[in-house]
Amino acid sequence: MKSEEISRRLAELEQKVTLMFKSIDCTKVVGDVLMECPETILSKVTSSGLSGRGGAGFPTGIKWKGAAEAEGGMKYVICNADEGEPGTFKDRQILHVQPDKVISGMIICAHAIGAREGYIYLRGEYNFLLKKLISRCEYWNDYLKKKGFDFTLFVRSGSGAYVCGEETALIESMEGKRGEPRNKPPLPVTSGYKGCPTVINNVETLAYTVMIMSEGPEYFRSIGTKDSMGGKVFSISGDSPRKGVYELPLGMTLHEFVDIFGDGDTKAVQVGGSSGTCVPRKHFADTIIGFEGVPTGGSMIIFNSSRSMYHVLRNYLEFFQEESCGQCTPCRVGCQQLLKGLEAIKTGKRPHSYLDKLRSLAITMSVSSKCSLGQSLVNPFNSITGHFREEVCY
Amino acid sequence: MKTVSLRINDIPVTINEGATILDAAKKLGIRIPTLCHHDDLCVSGNCRVCVVEQKGAKVLRASCVVPAAEGMQIYTNNQKVREARRAILELLLSEHKSECTSCLKSGLCELQALAQEYLSDGNAYINIADQTPPDISSPAIIKDDSKCIRCLRCVRTCKELQGVSALWSINKGNRTKVATFMETPLHYVVCATCGQCVNRCPTGALTERTYIEDVWRAIDDPEKYVVVQTAPSVRVGLGETLGIEPGEVVTGKMVAALKRLGFDSVLDTDFTADLTIMEEGTELLTRLASVLKEKKEVPIPMVTSCSPGWIKFIEHEFPSLLRNLSTCKSPQQMFGAIVKTYYAQKKGIDPSKIISVSIMPCTAKKFEADRPEMKSSGFKDVDYVLTTRELGHMIRQAGINFERLDEEGYDSLMGESTGAAVIFGATGGVMEAALRTAYEIVTGREVPFKNLNVEPVRGMDGIKAASVKLEGVKTEWAFLEGVELKVAIVHGLINARKVMEQVEGGGSPYHFIEIMACPGGCIGGGGQPIPTNLEIRKKRTEAIYRADEALPTRKSHENPEIQELYKDFLGKPLGHRSHELLHTHYIKREIEFHAKGQTNKIR
Repeated sequence: MKSEEISRRLAELEQKVTLMFKSIDCTKVVGDVLMECPETILSKVTSSGLSGRGGAGFPTGIKWKGAAEAEGGMKYVICNADEGEPGTFKDRQILHVQPDKVISGMIICAHAIGAREGYIYLRGEYNFLLKKLISRCEYWNDYLKKKGFDFTLFVRSGSGAYVCGEETALIESMEGKRGEPRNKPPLPVTSGYKGCPTVINNVETLAYTVMIMSEGPEYFRSIGTKDSMGGKVFSISGDSPRKGVYELPLGMTLHEFVDIFGDGDTKAVQVGGSSGTCVPRKHFADTIIGFEGVPTGGSMIIFNSSRSMYHVLRNYLEFFQEESCGQCTPCRVGCQQLLKGLEAIKTGKRPHSYLDKLRSLAITMSVSSKCSLGQSLVNPFNSITGHFREEVCY
Repeated sequence: MKTVSLRINDIPVTINEGATILDAAKKLGIRIPTLCHHDDLCVSGNCRVCVVEQKGAKVLRASCVVPAAEGMQIYTNNQKVREARRAILELLLSEHKSECTSCLKSGLCELQALAQEYLSDGNAYINIADQTPPDISSPAIIKDDSKCIRCLRCVRTCKELQGVSALWSINKGNRTKVATFMETPLHYVVCATCGQCVNRCPTGALTERTYIEDVWRAIDDPEKYVVVQTAPSVRVGLGETLGIEPGEVVTGKMVAALKRLGFDSVLDTDFTADLTIMEEGTELLTRLASVLKEKKEVPIPMVTSCSPGWIKFIEHEFPSLLRNLSTCKSPQQMFGAIVKTYYAQKKGIDPSKIISVSIMPCTAKKFEADRPEMKSSGFKDVDYVLTTRELGHMIRQAGINFERLDEEGYDSLMGESTGAAVIFGATGGVMEAALRTAYEIVTGREVPFKNLNVEPVRGMDGIKAASVKLEGVKTEWAFLEGVELKVAIVHGLINARKVMEQVEGGGSPYHFIEIMACPGGCIGGGGQPIPTNLEIRKKRTEAIYRADEALPTRKSHENPEIQELYKDFLGKPLGHRSHELLHTHYIKREIEFHAKGQTNKIR
C-alpha cells in the first residue's frame, strides 16, 4: 500500500472516533452531571456499553451500580493509573493531555455511587506527571467545594510493582501493605479500600465516561461493534513506522490494523501487551480486535520477520518471573519454570517434548492462580509456543 | 443464622453462611488437601493446593477462601482438579530442597505427605530451591530457606498469634522469601525463639536446632553422669510423637523410656517448679510488703519469668519494665543450678562430670540454657535442651516400643513433685500454684476454691483476670488484710504486648501477672508435637489437670524434697544461696543489623 493510501485509511479510522482527545469544557459537563440524579448517570453509563479499558473489559455500568448499591458510610473512587503492561503507554498520554477528563470521570463516578474521596494511583515511573495531577486535583477540589459537592481528590504514587495494577493489589498498596492481590470474593465494589465499597477504573474508562455524558450514550454505542462498543486508545509499538498513541474504533480485524501500522513485513502482533495473545500473520484476517476476538488493554506490539519469537517470549517470562507478586504457587513458581524450561529446551538440556509439559503447566496456571497475572500467562506462552514452536525449540 | 445449601461431589450439604467450601467439605467428611491453611491462622489462599472445580466457573476455586454459596456445585476430585493439584505440588517440590531422609521434619512434613498422596514427581520441573545456607545463628531455631514453600504460615503465626513479626515475606516474584528485618540472622532480631513457627511450618524450613547426637554422645561416654529433667507439659505431649492420641498422660512410660535410653538419673523439672513457687511466691509477698507496708517504690505488678520466649521478648520490646519481672530463674535453670551443686554434693558426684539434659516443650529453652548468666553452679547449668519431639525421635531411634513399656517412677532426690508443679504446663498453672501456696502462707488456710481448683485462672482466653480477697490473715501479714489480690494470666505474646502496654502506661490494676509466650502455655509450646490446634491444646490441658488431681500432694510448699532442700542446703526462700543459684537478672537487648557494610544498632 502506498503511504498516501495508508494515511487516508488511518484518517478515516480516526474520524470514526474522536472522543478522547477532543477538547471539551469539562467544568460544564461536570456542572451539568452534578445536577442529575445518580440513577440517570448509572443508566447512561450502562446503556453506553462502556467496558473496562484496562483490558479485562468488565462492564463499567455494572461495576458502578454494584458500588452504588453497596452499603457503607464511606465509598471511594480510585483511578488506576498504574499503567505497567509492557507495550502500553496510552494512559500516560491521556493523563498528560487530558487530566481534566480523567478527574471529571472520577467526579461523575463519585456522584453516581456516593463516594466522598477519590484517589489517582499513579505509576511510580510516571512521577513526572505528579505535579501536574496534584495541581489539577487542587483545582477541582476548589471547584467542588464551591459547588458544595463533598468529594476530595488525592494523588498516590505507586512504587514500581507491576502487580499493583491488579485492583486488589493496588488497594493493598494504597493501604501501605505489600502489593499482593486479595482473595476474591469480596470484590472491591463491596469491600475495597479500607474495607469500603470502592470503584477502581482505568484512566481511559474514566475519561470516556465524561465523553458519554457530553456526547450521549447513543453516540458512544454507535462506534465499534455489538460486543465491543466505543472507541479505544491504542499504544502501538514495535516494528511499525507509525508507533504512538491512537484512538481507533474497536472491532477492526488485525489485517486492517497491520495494513496501516505494520511495516509490510509483519510476522506477528502481540495484542494486549505481554500478558496478551500473540497472533501470527496467518490469522490476521480472521482476528477481530475486541472482546469478540482478541481483547486488549490497548497494547499492540508489532513484530517483523527479523524478530526471534524465542527472545520475545523469554523477555516476557523474565518480566513475569520478577513481577509476579510471589504469593501463590502457580504464578510464583510457574513463571520461573516456564522461563527455565524454555531456556533448557533451547539449549538442549530438556527434550522438545518438555515444551508440552510447559504448555500444560501454563494451562494449570491459568485455572489455579490467584489473580489475573498468573491466569493470563497462558496467553503469550501458549500462543507463541503454539504458532512458533520451531523458533522456540531450535 | 442463615444457611446455604450446595452440592459437593453431588452430595447435598447445608452449612452456615460465611463458611468456606473447605468447611462444607469437612462437614461431609471429604478431606480437601491444604498446605497454607492452618486452623490457628487467618486464611491466605496462596498455596492453591486446595483448588476445587465449581461448575460454571472458568477457573478453579481455592476452597479455603471461597465462601460456600447457595446452589454451588463443587467437585473436589475430578481429573481437572487432580491434575492441577499434582502440578502445584510438583511446582512446590521444585522450589523445595528434598532432603527427606535427613530432615528433622520427615514424617511430619505436610508437603512430603501430599506429594506422596498424589504420587508427584519431585523432578518434574527444574529444581529452583533457594541456595543460601541455613540460618544457624539462633541456638533454638534453624531457618532453612531451601526448604521453604512460601506458604507464610510462619509469617502469620508470628504476626497473628505472637504480634512479633520477626518473619515477613520480602521481595517479589522469583525472589520472594520469608526473611527477618534486613535479612539479619534470626538470633539478632526481635525473635522470641518461641518456635510457634516451627510448629506450624509444613516443611523442614523451620526446625528446632537439634542436640540429639550430642546427648547420645554424652550417654555413651562412661566418664559422664547424665541427668535428665522433664518439663511438666512433656508428659501430656510426648505420646503424640509416638502414635498416641492427644490428651494422654504418659509420665510413667516416659520415665521408663528415659531410663532405657541410658540416662543415669531421670529427674523431674516439676521439682523445681515447686521450688519456683516457693521463691516466686515469697518474692511476690516481699514486694507487696514493700509497697503496702513500707510504702516503698517497688515495681508492681510482678510478672512471671518462667517462659524464656517471653523473657527475650520483653528484653527487646519493654526494657523499661524488666524490673517488673520476677528475678526467679525458670524451673529448668533452677534445676540445672541445683543439680550441679546440691544434687552433686548429696550424691557425691563431681559436678564437672555431670551432663545436665532437659526435655522441654519449648525451643526458647535452648536459647535460655545458652544465656551467659546461666552458669551459677560454676558450670553450664543445663548442657543440652531437647524438645518433646526430639525425645520422641530418640525413643524411636532406640527401638523402644513405647506403648508396651511398664510405668516407672522418677529417681530420688529431685524427682518428687506436686500437682501444683504439673499445672505449670498450662496457661494459668503458675498462677494457680502460686495462689495455692501464697494464700496458705498468708492466711494459714487452703485457697478458697473447691478441691483446690482455682477455676477463674484456667481456660483458653488470651488474657484472663481474677482476684482473691485476703481475709483473716495471719498477724505477720496484717498489712494484707482485706486486700483484693488482683492477678492476670496471659498467653501468646500478642496478648502479652497488650498487657505490658497497660503496665507501661501506668494503668495496670494487677499485683501479679503470669505470662507464657505460647498459646495455651507450655502445652502449646514450640517444641511440642506437630500438629497443633486449639482442640489438641485443650486435650493436653485437660490431661495436665487430670495429672494434678491424681497426685497426693497438690501444693508446692508441701513437697517433702523441697522442704529437705531448704533445710539442708538453701536455708530459706530468697536467702543468700537462693539468690546466688535461683535468681537472675535481665538485659536490655539491642537489635543489630548489617546494612551497607556497617553494623547498625536499634535502641
